[in-house]
Amino acid sequence: MHLLPAPLPAPLTALRWLFRQATIIVALALAISAFLLIMFRQDPLTTLIYSMSITLCCSTFIQGLNRGLTWLVHRRLSPEQQRERGNWPGWPLMLLCLLLGTILGFDAGTALGNWLTGHHSPGIFDASLQRTLATLLIALIPGLLITLHFVHRGRLDAAEARAQAAQREAAENQLRLLQSQLEPHMLFNTLANLRVLIALDPVRAQAMLDQLIGFLRATLNASRTGQHSLREEFARLDDYLALMQVRMGNRLRPRLELPDALAELEMPPLLLQPLVENAIKHGLEPHVEGGELRVSAEQDGTSLLLSVRDTGVGPAQAAEIGQPGTGFGLVQVRQRLATRYGPAASLQIEAATDGRGGTLVSLRLPIQPKPETKT
Amino acid sequence: MNTVTALIAEDEALLAESLRGELTSLWPELDIVAMAAHGQAALDAALRLRPQLMFLDIRMPGMSGLEVAQALAEDWPDDSPFPLLVFVTAYDQYAVEAFDRAAVDYLLKPVQRERLAQCCSRLQGALRQQAQPAQADLAPAALAAMEQLRTLLAQPGLGAPAVPPGKAASPLRLLPVSQGNTVQMVPVDEVLYFEAADKYVRVVTATKEHLVRSSLRELLPQLDTDRFWQVHRGVVVCADAIERAVRDEAGRLTLHLRGHADKLGVSRLYAHLFKGL
Repeated sequence: MHLLPAPLPAPLTALRWLFRQATIIVALALAISAFLLIMFRQDPLTTLIYSMSITLCCSTFIQGLNRGLTWLVHRRLSPEQQRERGNWPGWPLMLLCLLLGTILGFDAGTALGNWLTGHHSPGIFDASLQRTLATLLIALIPGLLITLHFVHRGRLDAAEARAQAAQREAAENQLRLLQSQLEPHMLFNTLANLRVLIALDPVRAQAMLDQLIGFLRATLNASRTGQHSLREEFARLDDYLALMQVRMGNRLRPRLELPDALAELEMPPLLLQPLVENAIKHGLEPHVEGGELRVSAEQDGTSLLLSVRDTGVGPAQAAEIGQPGTGFGLVQVRQRLATRYGPAASLQIEAATDGRGGTLVSLRLPIQPKPETKT
Repeated sequence: MNTVTALIAEDEALLAESLRGELTSLWPELDIVAMAAHGQAALDAALRLRPQLMFLDIRMPGMSGLEVAQALAEDWPDDSPFPLLVFVTAYDQYAVEAFDRAAVDYLLKPVQRERLAQCCSRLQGALRQQAQPAQADLAPAALAAMEQLRTLLAQPGLGAPAVPPGKAASPLRLLPVSQGNTVQMVPVDEVLYFEAADKYVRVVTATKEHLVRSSLRELLPQLDTDRFWQVHRGVVVCADAIERAVRDEAGRLTLHLRGHADKLGVSRLYAHLFKGL
């Protein structure tokens, strides 16, 4: 009788939709006929024809009203809110649909039944008030039940769709994270160097391969582990910088400064990686003389201050000559900070002010207690 | 075969050295006259030594391989043939596709020996063609190289700057120029031409001249390209302001402007804009 309308059916699903409607109407009409036959023992064929035509008309009117009202309501909403609301006008209006649709449908259905059978059953407007109310109440029940059923199902469907969307988004994000970390330009250049070293200096080639393996393993694992120690983070940076040093020679002069006291503190894995990559890509690589790259950790009250400092071209010029970066690296660092620490963490990028040029990136994290060591 | 001169521009020392090694073993007559570790060095060395071949890495500090090629196309002297260019790149999603279309030879890093050999024989073929009697104007090979460069420079992310999102929609109407503590708004409609000058851009109107602290490369995507034409790597001119283009005996084009005495040189790379004038 009533079905929460799916978004107006596309050609192929239209047939299935019609079939489903017909099934529901026939099933409902049969059930009602059976009920009436048992209660009133009237002529089976007449009963069937009347229940069929009344069910059909009620369904048509209710659906028509429902569609119309849904359209009217949706017109005033943004697509976002529309999705939120689902494909129906909400309970109060739906009840109005049911009531009006049942009254009109009952009357029209009776008329149709009269025409088909040649009987003269009174329509809803011709009968006594008492009878009308009784009929109406009975006729409303199936509509209400079906509405309840579909609202419930609609909610389940919506929840499932939301869950799927969230899952898809998470997967996409992970893929993009991986892509940004395994930057093809870096990877192929590293492999090109490795290829040369194999013939030239096998021992050094092996060392470089080990560093590449360390870097790849850490990158692939980073999306799966929640956090690791600063010692670990700096070791991975060391691998990465060693790889880059083979390529850039003395144009890259890295310095990692991690005080022993802080080495066991925990942090999200490879959070510094994109910052160091940016410092090289936008700061040092475009700079003909190259420069220094210092990554350091210090404690500042209850927070941990991580800085990445390069003496490259500096943020203003970097933006100008910029390799057209996607900006995804930074966006992703900010997102990770926000979801993990909220306002307690911050990321700041500025021109270094100590007169040696270049860029200073400061990352502030709340210090987390050391994990309980199992004895 | 006579010796052939070549230049290698590659910022990574190991890769440069290995390319030199492989090239000399594959092509004994090849004489590598210079190795450049960054773009500017490559440009200077090329103009000084005028090699016949150039292997240009795309991503280099200072100036990219493509910018070197553009500068070479504009400043190359007429009395020697334009070098054959081979671009070398590790991975540039734009480049590979663009090179395929523009038909300049290009090498992907890591460079495989077989592919390098193929590149060498392609270059030898091109050199033989170049040895045919040259025409009065640019040799056909050089004309083809210009065409290829134009195609490459038009690629967003390669030559043309990747347009920052949101800016492309409407072209710049007013240009803020700071003078001391005031900012003067110069209507872009009044500008006759823009000229790159070190770290500034000279903005010339019929009556005035301003300096903007910006680069031409940064400004260009914000301009309406139907109205403003790039005629040189350092000059963008308002098309309506061009009165006539004059060709001298050497074939160089000069633009005369309406209502302004300045004359602007057109680089070879953009000479096609004035064909038939």
